Amino acid sequence: MAALTKEETEALIQEVLEVYPEQARKDRAKHLAVNDQSLEKSNKCITSNRKSQPGVMTIRGCAYAGSKGVVWGPIKDMIHISHGPVGCGQYSRAGRRNYYVGTTGVNTFGTMNFTSDFTEKDIVFGGDKKLAKIMTEIEELFPLNKGISIQSECPIGLIGDDIEAVAKKANKEIGKPVVPVRCEGFRGVSQSLGHHIANDAIRDWVLENRDGDDSFATTPYDVAVIGDYNIGGDAWASRTLLEEMGLRVVAQWSGDGTIAEMELTPKVKLNLIHCYRSMNYIARHMEEKYKIPWIEYNFFGPTKIAESLRKIAALFDETIQAGAEKVIAKYQAEYDAVIAKYKPRLQGKRVMLYVGGLRPRHVIGAYEDLGMEVVGTGYEFGHNDDYDRTIKEMGNATLIYDDVTGYEFEEFVKKVQPDLIGSGIKEKYIFQKMGIPFRQMHSWDYSGPYHGYDGFAIFARDMDMTLNNPCWKQVKAPWKTAESSNVAVAASA
Amino acid sequence: MPSVMLKKNAEGKLVFYVPKKDLEEVAESVEFDSSDKWGGEVLLSDGSKYYFEPLDAQPDFPVTLRAKRLD
Repeated sequence: MAALTKEETEALIQEVLEVYPEQARKDRAKHLAVNDQSLEKSNKCITSNRKSQPGVMTIRGCAYAGSKGVVWGPIKDMIHISHGPVGCGQYSRAGRRNYYVGTTGVNTFGTMNFTSDFTEKDIVFGGDKKLAKIMTEIEELFPLNKGISIQSECPIGLIGDDIEAVAKKANKEIGKPVVPVRCEGFRGVSQSLGHHIANDAIRDWVLENRDGDDSFATTPYDVAVIGDYNIGGDAWASRTLLEEMGLRVVAQWSGDGTIAEMELTPKVKLNLIHCYRSMNYIARHMEEKYKIPWIEYNFFGPTKIAESLRKIAALFDETIQAGAEKVIAKYQAEYDAVIAKYKPRLQGKRVMLYVGGLRPRHVIGAYEDLGMEVVGTGYEFGHNDDYDRTIKEMGNATLIYDDVTGYEFEEFVKKVQPDLIGSGIKEKYIFQKMGIPFRQMHSWDYSGPYHGYDGFAIFARDMDMTLNNPCWKQVKAPWKTAESSNVAVAASA
Repeated sequence: MPSVMLKKNAEGKLVFYVPKKDLEEVAESVEFDSSDKWGGEVLLSDGSKYYFEPLDAQPDFPVTLRAKRLD
């Protein structure tokens, strides 16, 4: 199917909106747009970070998911208590595949679920005593933990427990950082506010811990990788490139990260931001308080990697700049081979994305390196600054959808007929049943890493494996295939 | 009275950021922008205007200041 023109895309949006009642239609219309690269600012065409409409299927999470699941959860040597009823922690346990090195249950705790398991009694009489008891127990059972964070679930805010007081007391008793995080699920419209609250908790309870302590030997090449959650090993694939060009990675936020690394981050020379949405807050804070500059980078696909490496190197001296060129040259044969192998198989294929965080714009370059085109993209919980950064990455007249509903997404797909969809697990089986190849792009469909040159090879293989899988020809019902309908017409004639 | 984070970008221009509104704009002009006086009306590239109480010296960017919205 040929690319849609601007008018056709606008007509498509109108057609999809047709079924909504008037109020909902008006509201949803603001969240759907046709990309126009000439626009400087996204607020001219799209509204984002608003409450979802009641009655539609949304794909968003909650503030607790943003704090516990995204920002705090991957810090491996801390114990993160899901404070409240058991479900929130248990059903999200280890789902994000933030890889880490360590012995789980001894010195690392990433895939474990710690919860205060609230019952009726705790709701009625308050859970502060229980929380204090849990922390003593944790110290006894897991003495190698380096700190505790208290991730509030909804009831904590509703019953008004004073977790800050408990945290301060426990901090004195056990002598380790104890961080209360007010990330009750009802706060905000999506997980995005959870990221912000988590960033603020780091700012208030962790970042200052080593202020005035100069015992850490710094170098002029210290950087921190911020907003890389090591999904399927992403942060490791990124880190090797940075180290090869001569930089010293002091901290990983927060995939495979530790609390000690976070405390040392104010000593670095530059903060490198991968996921802007979830961690720009802390980067901006460090810029103001510690005068540490930050830049965004993109490690998806060789074009963007080379661009980012040069951009990072430009902020350092010539040795690093030479290092960046050396790294790019070193991997050139490798990524050229990947492109030579997969581009002929993927050339011209069209992709629709609907994910969160940084991916709706960051992975576009990787698809383009493989000769593919992204024809629609959208954020679950993006803000307008995300869309500002997306407009330039996307082609003209492509679709942009914010907090798209299940219905809208299905209708867009039916009309646009992409060759591949990248979205989450809830969308996966719907689209696969519609006969469209699908990759779950939240945790790389249980594959990865996708960052860096190593990740690009895996990314290309996965896209090829999914798109050119012979199974898609078998998915359509036999009476709905072109040949059988021809036969039926012939028989009825 | 939004809190505004101000910083200089690579080109030396003033960048205006309001966290609550995801508003990130380059400032076109600042009314008082000398070494002994800074502040007054600030015009952003999207046409909106904000007012800062004039300060006696250039603030040490990046910095967060309170601004008043004009218009």
